[in-house]
Amino acid sequence: MIRVDEKGFYGKFGGAYIPEMLHPNIEELRENYEQIISTEEFKTEFQSLLKDFVGRPTPLYLASRLSEKYGAKIYLKREDLCHTGAHKVNNTVGQIILAKKLGKKRIIAETGAGQHGVATATVCALMGMDCTIYMGELDIQRQRPNVERMKILGAKVVPATSGSKTLKDATNEAMRQWINDPVDTHYIIGSVVGPHPYPEMVARFQSVISEEIKIQLQEKEGRENPDLVIACVGGGSNAAGSFYHYYNVPEVRLIAAEAAGLGISSGKSAATTILGTMGILHGSKTLLMQTEDGQVVEPHSISAGLDYPGIGPVHAHLFDIGRGEFVAVEDEDAMKAGIELSRLEGIIPAIETSHALHALNMIEYKKDDIIVINLSGRGDKDLDTYIKWGGY
Amino acid sequence: MNRINRLFQNKKERVLSIYFTAGFPELEDTVPIMEAIEAAGADIIEIGVPYSDPIADGPTIQDSNMIALENGMSLKKLFAQLEGFRNKVNLPVVLMGYLNPIIQFGMEDFCKKCQELGIDGLILPDLPMGQYLEEFKELFEQYGLSNTFLISPQTSENRIREIDQHSNGFIYMVSSHSITGAKTGISEEQKVYFKRVQEMDLKNPRLIGFGISDAETFNTASAFGHGAIIGSAFINIVKKSKDLRTDIQQYIQSVIQ
Ligand SMILES: Cc1ncc(COP(=O)(O)O)c(C=O)c1O
Repeated sequence: MIRVDEKGFYGKFGGAYIPEMLHPNIEELRENYEQIISTEEFKTEFQSLLKDFVGRPTPLYLASRLSEKYGAKIYLKREDLCHTGAHKVNNTVGQIILAKKLGKKRIIAETGAGQHGVATATVCALMGMDCTIYMGELDIQRQRPNVERMKILGAKVVPATSGSKTLKDATNEAMRQWINDPVDTHYIIGSVVGPHPYPEMVARFQSVISEEIKIQLQEKEGRENPDLVIACVGGGSNAAGSFYHYYNVPEVRLIAAEAAGLGISSGKSAATTILGTMGILHGSKTLLMQTEDGQVVEPHSISAGLDYPGIGPVHAHLFDIGRGEFVAVEDEDAMKAGIELSRLEGIIPAIETSHALHALNMIEYKKDDIIVINLSGRGDKDLDTYIKWGGY
Repeated sequence: MNRINRLFQNKKERVLSIYFTAGFPELEDTVPIMEAIEAAGADIIEIGVPYSDPIADGPTIQDSNMIALENGMSLKKLFAQLEGFRNKVNLPVVLMGYLNPIIQFGMEDFCKKCQELGIDGLILPDLPMGQYLEEFKELFEQYGLSNTFLISPQTSENRIREIDQHSNGFIYMVSSHSITGAKTGISEEQKVYFKRVQEMDLKNPRLIGFGISDAETFNTASAFGHGAIIGSAFINIVKKSKDLRTDIQQYIQSVIQ
């Protein structure tokens, strides 16, 4: 069984390795979140916002030209059609309702590419909550449009100027800020990372993806289970969401696409399961890209959303026990897969998502297999990268 | 008996612990700084093991960590520098560091090495009590290392009692809800918290840290606890220093007067 244990571990991975100053916050969350999210009141509000604000359920779309090309029946789970353009908003809607119920007044969050930052700023505007987003100084320069979107939505964007000035440093900065303001603030983590209960909580909010896949596939194919589910993995929230209800259905293959950057051995990669070793980052024990002295290594991927040196503990566990199949997709191949989907199906995907698409070229499957690819986001935010890359 | 316990047996007030980052400002400054701290009259030396992602630290210590790493500091290097330091330094010595570099080194090897070299205790800010009890307590005890936990104004009375029960050296009272960083002054609200904990009559001595920087803040902290820990303010002194020994002497004397 894949499930989190009482102490927050998935097998060897997880836990809550946090400074004592954060203990009361984490305890407050741990003690209350399950109870709160299982109340009818919470469920009703969550469901209604997912439906009317986010636009769920998102379609499960049979991509016939893509299917024809790859010789399998390929469905796309259209998370790109969510409000704000990616799956990230499923989690922020859940956490903002939770934060309100916990009586919090302020929201903080980290962001890399800015998708989670935008999704957080959006729900804060919706609920009239004060919002501060921490973002690496380098990412602020690279992702200007998303920075402006957050500001239009009324959020404050604070540059993280320490370390490598990217996502991991933005996460450090958000945690420090939480230590400085522990009582009124809720920290909305953007992926299935961080100390327990975050990884499981975020996965629960994202699990609506596989919940819908089951229903939609039943309608379309007369069966709930596809043969394969494919998703990209940065921290792993869209993957956790699309795998969630299939974790314990062994006949469904779970394929996770990591970013290989310029190549596994190039020194510029983010392929955590291949290059990582057991370590502790941002409060959980997981696979982590690090030096032999235990210093965290700065990853590289062409997609800012996969540019993270760790991986959610549940994915480290799926990898460890062989339940998940991990592939590492290089920048160039991901870009080509993005163009291919644009030309075959009229959908320009986020570059993160394109990694999942390229996985089709890296794994074996049978001709009549039903494959669901989680289309985690749309490519609007990535136009600059597409333009710079230019191969179209 | 462990040097930390012996210290607190003989000295019940105005204990001064000085934190510095190993490998900062220069790679080979570690032992000279320790000698200078001892000569200047402080009571405990806390050596910070630098880490790429110090989430409980403010800008001053973040910077010293970064520079130390750029200088080439690592646990292996630090242990090499500390070879034979007990011939020069008598004060209790505590290592303070985040878990990840230690886990990569190997917790048991780490503890063994600490004992061999004459290190007395550990402060691992991202090692929570539950995990300590489950995974590491036995090891620490086997190698004679005392373990220090942090508490903050948010820590509940029950948890403070539990921490007290499982501590064997001193308790590190974080002075406010904050990350490390030299601030000026101690507020009334902080004093209320210091007093609340003081009145709990814990078995372990308490040192107050975060935001202690000069004679005034040291005196206030000492009035409510057994003494204080200075980190960021000391880092700022060594950062600017052209003559470590003299500047450290002057600074520590100005604090303890
Ligand atoms: C479209 C999209 N997909 C995937 C990711 C990666 O995050 P995760 O692995 O948590 O799904 C991001 C992150 O920004 C994203 O924007």
